Amino acid sequence: MDHDKNLTEIRMMIARHRRWDRLFLITGIVTLMIAMLIFFALIMGMVIDGMPRLTLDFFTSFPSRRPGAAGILSAWVGTTLVMLVTAVAAVPLGVSAGVYLEEYAPKNLLTEIIEINVTNLAGVPSIIYGLLALGLFVYQLGLGQSILAAGLTLALLILPVVIVATREAIRSIPVSIREGAYAVGATKWQTVSDHILPYSSAGILTGIIIGLARAIGETAPIITIGALTFIAFLPTSPIQSEFPFLSFEWLMAPFTVMPIQMFNWVSRPEEAFQLNAAAAGLVLVVMTLAMNGLAIYLRYNLRKKIKW
Amino acid sequence: MVTNYFTQAAGSDNSTAPASKPVADKCVVKNLNFFYGELQALKSISMTVYEKQVTALIGPSGCGKSTFLRCFNRMHDLYSGNRYDGEIILHPDNENILSRAVDPIEVRMRIGMVFQKPNPFPKSIFENVAYGLRIRGINKRAILEEKVETALRNAALWGEAKDRLNDLAFNLSGGQQQRLCIARALATDPELLLFDEPTSALDPAATASIEELITDLKNKVTILIVTHNMQQAARVSDFTAYMYVGELIEFGVTDTIFIKPKHKQTEDYITGRFG
Repeated sequence: MDHDKNLTEIRMMIARHRRWDRLFLITGIVTLMIAMLIFFALIMGMVIDGMPRLTLDFFTSFPSRRPGAAGILSAWVGTTLVMLVTAVAAVPLGVSAGVYLEEYAPKNLLTEIIEINVTNLAGVPSIIYGLLALGLFVYQLGLGQSILAAGLTLALLILPVVIVATREAIRSIPVSIREGAYAVGATKWQTVSDHILPYSSAGILTGIIIGLARAIGETAPIITIGALTFIAFLPTSPIQSEFPFLSFEWLMAPFTVMPIQMFNWVSRPEEAFQLNAAAAGLVLVVMTLAMNGLAIYLRYNLRKKIKW
Repeated sequence: MVTNYFTQAAGSDNSTAPASKPVADKCVVKNLNFFYGELQALKSISMTVYEKQVTALIGPSGCGKSTFLRCFNRMHDLYSGNRYDGEIILHPDNENILSRAVDPIEVRMRIGMVFQKPNPFPKSIFENVAYGLRIRGINKRAILEEKVETALRNAALWGEAKDRLNDLAFNLSGGQQQRLCIARALATDPELLLFDEPTSALDPAATASIEELITDLKNKVTILIVTHNMQQAARVSDFTAYMYVGELIEFGVTDTIFIKPKHKQTEDYITGRFG
């Protein structure tokens, strides 16, 4: 009798506690749905407006005063080249900085200050980077309003992301693997190059791609350094038919990028330009999603081999 | 005070030393103190590790046996704030491997280590064993293949691994992984092999195979093993050192330590009354 009563009490108590489980679950699903719905509505809006404009001509035409003839050729070429410069500058710098901080830096006050700074830099508004770049790259170093200046600016912007991702990836390697390498007589550099970097490559790559996906949509710092909004020519091709086959003239060329082209079209009064903006936005979103997809794919594939 | 025990163990004619042949010194530890920052983890330890013998370090958790073991390959150098004081003389060179003048990398090239949890690299079985050779600049395929085979044979893993040398090491079972780690350490012909509780993460069958391997290996290499398992120490070792809170309480021939320990404390630990 007493036993049964106890059991009933326990069951009632569990039921009471379970209520919180359910409440949290419902709240979570509702919040998630709201976020998904907004995202979906945005994408659908762009698809409906922009889809009819997404023809091959749209990708191979320069901007024009006639909305029907305008395209994003100079914008996507500019974005691609700027991203190339950004990656070339940010990846070696960010990864080495991450490796240094994790593996080499002595644990002292200076290192700690650097660490806090790097983390905080990730939260600095992007326009501040634009101002820095305007003073440093454009005027001080005389790079002008070029692809190089823009690429370096965005590299600065994503550097903290790459550094933090590198450090996180390195930190997820168990100490026992590191000690295993040292125990057979490896030096620090051998341990880093034979073990730390290969085993953390999935995480590092993810960080790089997420960083680039952020940079691709940045507008403020690029406007600050003075990117043009109307470009009807392409920079010199990096590949030449004559010796030495490579040209770096494009680095110094004026340029525009996708978000600026979009911004330009959005600010026009004509309705038809709004459709162009939607189409360009759709391309930009697809580019970003594709990069994130690639990051997920790479992470999944590289991690399959590694089990700690 | 500890000195007496090891002299007795090694020197006295009526000792129950398992090896009838005379045993040579491999490592002589002299007055070793070790500090993690301010904390003194080892207190004036003196003992000898004999060549081609198995020496076991036993004692309750936190007694410093792993800390002591990791002094032999200067593992503590990897972390800042650690400090050694005293000497570990490695024979036959008669060199103090704790000296600042000696590069820890050199020490680790001569003294191998097997860890508590199997820690193979996420590479193939072959590359795991070959890694120590590769960082010594050996890259010729034929030499690598020969040395890898010898090491795997010595680690009693050749039979199971020979057809899957290019498989990832993680596909091996726990016991096989540990034998792979032993092969990795053996590939570079170490003079001394350190084992840090090598079976604590393994099941009884795998444990038995590792213990058997250790017994076989002592003809080739000097072995120093940390174990929390007293039966294991009794089964595999020729000499045993009992440690307690950073001090070496008793050191001697394993049979003597287990049958007639000099110290009440050692006896209590061995008979399971504490620890």
